[in-house]
Amino acid sequence: MAEFQAPYQDAFTDAHRLWGEPELWRIIQREGRPLTASYYVAALDREYNAAGEIVLRDENRRIYVSLFGRTLALSLAITGMTFLLGFPIAYYLSILPMRYANLLMIAVLLPFWTSLLVRTSAWIVLLQQQGVINNTLVALGVITDDGRFSLIYNQTGTIIAMTHILLPFMVLPLYSVMRTIPPSYTRAAKSLGATPWTAFRRVYFPQTLPGIGAGGVLVFIISIGYYITPALVGGQSGRMISNEIARHIQQSLNWGLAAALGSMLLAGVLVLYWLYNRLVGADSLKLG
Amino acid sequence: MSKKLKLIGLSSVASVMALSAAAQDPVSLTVVSWGGAYTASQQRAYHSPFMELNPHVTIINDDGSANALAGLRAQAQAGNVTWDLVDMLPSDAQLACDEGIILQIDHDEMLAAAPDGTPASQDFLPGSLGECFIPQIVYSTVLTFRPGAFPADAQPSSIADLFDVENFPGRRALQDRPGTNLEWALYADGVAPEDIYEVLATPEGVDRAFAKLDTIKDHIIFWTEGAQAPQLLADGEVAFATGYNGRMFEAIEVEGMDAEIIWDGQVVEWDGWVVPADGPNVELVMEYLYWATDTQRLADQAKFISYGPARASSAGLVGQHADLGIDMAPHMPTNPDNYFAPIVLDNDFWVDYGDELRERFANWMLQ
Repeated sequence: MAEFQAPYQDAFTDAHRLWGEPELWRIIQREGRPLTASYYVAALDREYNAAGEIVLRDENRRIYVSLFGRTLALSLAITGMTFLLGFPIAYYLSILPMRYANLLMIAVLLPFWTSLLVRTSAWIVLLQQQGVINNTLVALGVITDDGRFSLIYNQTGTIIAMTHILLPFMVLPLYSVMRTIPPSYTRAAKSLGATPWTAFRRVYFPQTLPGIGAGGVLVFIISIGYYITPALVGGQSGRMISNEIARHIQQSLNWGLAAALGSMLLAGVLVLYWLYNRLVGADSLKLG
Repeated sequence: MSKKLKLIGLSSVASVMALSAAAQDPVSLTVVSWGGAYTASQQRAYHSPFMELNPHVTIINDDGSANALAGLRAQAQAGNVTWDLVDMLPSDAQLACDEGIILQIDHDEMLAAAPDGTPASQDFLPGSLGECFIPQIVYSTVLTFRPGAFPADAQPSSIADLFDVENFPGRRALQDRPGTNLEWALYADGVAPEDIYEVLATPEGVDRAFAKLDTIKDHIIFWTEGAQAPQLLADGEVAFATGYNGRMFEAIEVEGMDAEIIWDGQVVEWDGWVVPADGPNVELVMEYLYWATDTQRLADQAKFISYGPARASSAGLVGQHADLGIDMAPHMPTNPDNYFAPIVLDNDFWVDYGDELRERFANWMLQ
């Protein structure tokens, strides 16, 4: 305290220029309470104005709401992709004789047992501009050397790599449900005059819904909190909310904001699960 | 050898006896550093020789320096310090020092004098020692490019070319933090190196730097870890990459990557050791530090990576690369041929303005 001599106003502004700002003192007054909502306010791209009201931040500082939106959109896209790819695989597995099905099942499970980092790095090798896919397309004359696709370090990279990594989570529940559907149901529908498409749509498909629900919820919930793959192949446009949480934990050291973002993500997942339960019923989930 | 030095340097012979007597049980030291070529150079210059001299000591490398401040804070808050020695940047070290989570260093007491007897506080280069910080090296962040990405008669040569996407098209790999990037934006916009921090301390200067960065934003890939930058260049993913000069040296000279360094506007900074407070083996760490930061050891590290030693007395001992046998001097950031337009990173500025600039930069990256 010996260094702080009157006049104190000058002593404070000498110590740091920000002590001269009335805003700083207002913040101390507002945040001095044991519990404050300010991190949640910041996580919703809002802030307190001079009068203490919650207002939207400047446009160039609004990032989290749109990032939550992007995370949701990417997760939905990935869930959709795994469904489109996983459904035919699971169906084919379920109608094959057991010994072939087991062999194919190993092909599905092999990547599942490989390290996540190895699989993600493999995608980097495949997708980069001088990578296997672009080089092959150039060699075949499909694209010119200047027209190489940007398949990585953007959203495309995140979607491709995560779809591959999460595919087993869709295939396994679907397969376990499809195995229990007796083929006689579809045959009966056909013998009663249904076209193959009608038999599939009205008889077979509804019975796979518990598997689709389980796979969808599983893939969606895992991808909404996914971290390492977007960090490695997502660039800036493929980043998700979990990358931002990690940044606040590790780099900016804003643990309060990271905790606020994290608990909002958790709450969001719980709401979605509740919604799913209301619409489909969690009892019908079949994980195998 | 190490014992003789200790006897010369340490004031109390008794403490040496106590150290050597107590130091027989096997101990492992966790040393946190930057990974890749940098950790390898420390392993060969410091860790391996130290373990040979002290067979009961095992040194374990942890590549956590990119998040060192967060790690130190977390361990201090949890009351469970597992790191013994941490390699970090001086601005982060100053923050940690102010928070009291790393130990203060009495430079002349705890560090070896130069061979001619100059005390450590005078032997380390001016301005490099911190209250809690013992520098090892001076390194720089440099711009590097792939010659194959441009016609032979139109190769880039300056920082301004990094911001010129018209004449030098191609993607650019920049580090995902504001330091260096903001300095370069202003430098490319015509600000003289010595005026950069004055301009950057004003809101208009910050806007100007971000406006300049906006012009290349669509062409940027951001990297986080030091090893990613040369990798992106080697893969042909980018035409330009910023990176640490030692990593670029390793990639170009040792691994034969086709790339060239632009020394214009190199951003020069220190890097060094700090000791976590309440670490598990503080006495042994101090013994290690005394030995590993002496004149010969700092010069040794320059045999393995092209970073300049932080002691004046080490400069004369820098010779040739241990494996390649090439002279290291032309590859040092401080070599006069390379040091023609350096930007010396201002740590006081970054301690003072870092938080708000980091936040703005992170938001800018996401938009």
